[in-house]
Amino acid sequence: MTRKSPEKIFIKGNEAIARGAIAAGCKCFFGYPITPQNDIPEYMSQALVEAGGEFVQAESEVASANMLLGAGACGIRAMTSSSSPGISLMQEAISYMAGSEIPAVIVNMNRGGPGLGDIGPSQGDYFQSTRGGGHGDYRTLVLAPASCQEAYDLIIKAFDLAFKYRNPVLILGDAILGNMKEAVSPWKPAPVDPAEAADWRLEGAKGRGPRLHKSLYLHEGELAGQNKRLQEKYLAMQAETDFELYRTEDADLVVCAYGSIARIAKSAVRKLRKEGLKVGLFRPVNLYPFPSGPLAELAGQGKRFLTIEHNLGQMVEDVRLSVRGLADSEQFSVYPGNLPLPDDFEEPIKKALAGK
Amino acid sequence: MQAQERLVFDRPKVLADIPTHYCPGCQHGVAHRLAAELIDEMKLAEKTICVTSIGCSVFLYNYLLVDSVEAPHGRAPATATGVKRSRPDKFVLTYQGDGDLASIGMAEIIHCANRGERVSVIFVNNTVYGMTGGQMAPTTLIGQKTTTCPAGRSREHEGMPIRMAELIAQLGGTAYSARAALNTVKNIRSAKKAMKKAFEVQTKGLGFGFVELLATCPTNWRLDPVKANERVAGEMIPYFPLGVFRDQTAPAKGPAEVEK
Ligand SMILES: Cc1ncc(C[n+]2csc(CCOP(=O)(O)OP(=O)(O)O)c2C)c(N)n1
Repeated sequence: MTRKSPEKIFIKGNEAIARGAIAAGCKCFFGYPITPQNDIPEYMSQALVEAGGEFVQAESEVASANMLLGAGACGIRAMTSSSSPGISLMQEAISYMAGSEIPAVIVNMNRGGPGLGDIGPSQGDYFQSTRGGGHGDYRTLVLAPASCQEAYDLIIKAFDLAFKYRNPVLILGDAILGNMKEAVSPWKPAPVDPAEAADWRLEGAKGRGPRLHKSLYLHEGELAGQNKRLQEKYLAMQAETDFELYRTEDADLVVCAYGSIARIAKSAVRKLRKEGLKVGLFRPVNLYPFPSGPLAELAGQGKRFLTIEHNLGQMVEDVRLSVRGLADSEQFSVYPGNLPLPDDFEEPIKKALAGK
Repeated sequence: MQAQERLVFDRPKVLADIPTHYCPGCQHGVAHRLAAELIDEMKLAEKTICVTSIGCSVFLYNYLLVDSVEAPHGRAPATATGVKRSRPDKFVLTYQGDGDLASIGMAEIIHCANRGERVSVIFVNNTVYGMTGGQMAPTTLIGQKTTTCPAGRSREHEGMPIRMAELIAQLGGTAYSARAALNTVKNIRSAKKAMKKAFEVQTKGLGFGFVELLATCPTNWRLDPVKANERVAGEMIPYFPLGVFRDQTAPAKGPAEVEK
């Protein structure tokens, strides 16, 4: 599989996601309009249909997520995209998909909240994404791209992971990622194996007994057994860590940030490095499972930490859990509704570096 | 078998040979059997994907030996849309109660029908929420007492019961919509005919197929099975008239001739 293509195209993050999904073999898209992700369904309504797929504008996000449940039960690569309020409406179906082990890809272009909030960027949905989001005990894999190229790459990976684990996978972006334009290399992954999901997909009980996808377990011990199986799966998922390190080797302070905010923090780190300050950046690409091991390793080297987020402080809890016993993390919030510049991060980074 | 013996009654192949969990006198089992007979007769078993709903009939997948997926409460028409759009070559069936379809899932059923999804819906109207213990449903009749309208449903306080078969018939994507009852042999026979049409509009690619089945819930009605059956004829049918409200397989009729 090559991750390069000779061609480069200049596109928005939203379009990168749509194109990447088609390249990944997505066959069905179900969605409902909401800013700042409308480019995705708009692009899919034409390009996916031209590629021989199905596009349905659902009556609500509740419906789109339940359509996804149906397509996923048939072993079809399918997706939906939305933004925060819409993702809230999908939570019941996401819980059912996790409970009945049905793969799906869900894109959240995080906007400001709570409530209707605004249509600008935010990382307010970190907890909702990484803690399951809906009712019951379950996890979804969460991938957080920080560039348009990574948006393209990660949506492809998301489909593979969804089918590998038979579990919903979330792409967590924000209004910045969705709406900025960058050069993207639209590489083509290997075609989907026609036998993908052949041993469990619904297609009519021909020459075999009926198959059933459900999340209801009433008999004594059944649900406990299912929860145990799910926990084993979530443990197996822990292998899927992905992260970026930037100038952490000799750093005294490591800034932890993800997604668009990590891009902005990286600019601040780069600038402060020029001033001679020993700072670096740790950027988790997978938010669930969280790359705790690599972070603990940095803590073991005696580094200090500062977590910068576009929310009131959510990922910082995972950072603190990762480095517990070895270090702590300072925390800096950009309130959703505000748009940060690299300069805004300089002072908190300097303060954390000085241990103040 | 001797030459003069002829088998006139047997269990449909797709109906599991196990006792159901239904209460005595409940007619979900009758509806299941009719669906099973049709799946056999129309040779659909090997291509059926059934979407079950949340209510007493959630265990349909234990009785109907076809591929199945369990949808959240009310969402079966959306899940069925996802199934049919990804596998248009399959026969897709949902089976829903009145709380499921006409209350929490109202948006999904209306839009599924309106899009003309090639799916067939069996809708069981027993005027109560059976599974949760007999609370008021959107189909509960005026004056009917339930655990959440102990004084009886009133127009002023709870609104009028919803007539789904007529409502669904109004929508552009609906190819067939009818109401039948399961209280007499004659009605069961016409229920099967209606269900067959609702299946056929899908297999022929004509559009959305819908059948409402009036059924008993003796336990939550606090009636014995015989009295419960009498209630279907005496109270339900007068408000929920039996008939075909849309049939695109039939020659077009003027508005005045539409069966009531
Ligand atoms: C989101 C949600 N809300 C409520 C319930 C609880 N619940 C389960 S079944 C049911 C009602 C079922 O009644 P109906 O659809 O009329 O079917 P019946 O049991 O009468 O056949 C309700 C409210 C649920 N499972 N999920």
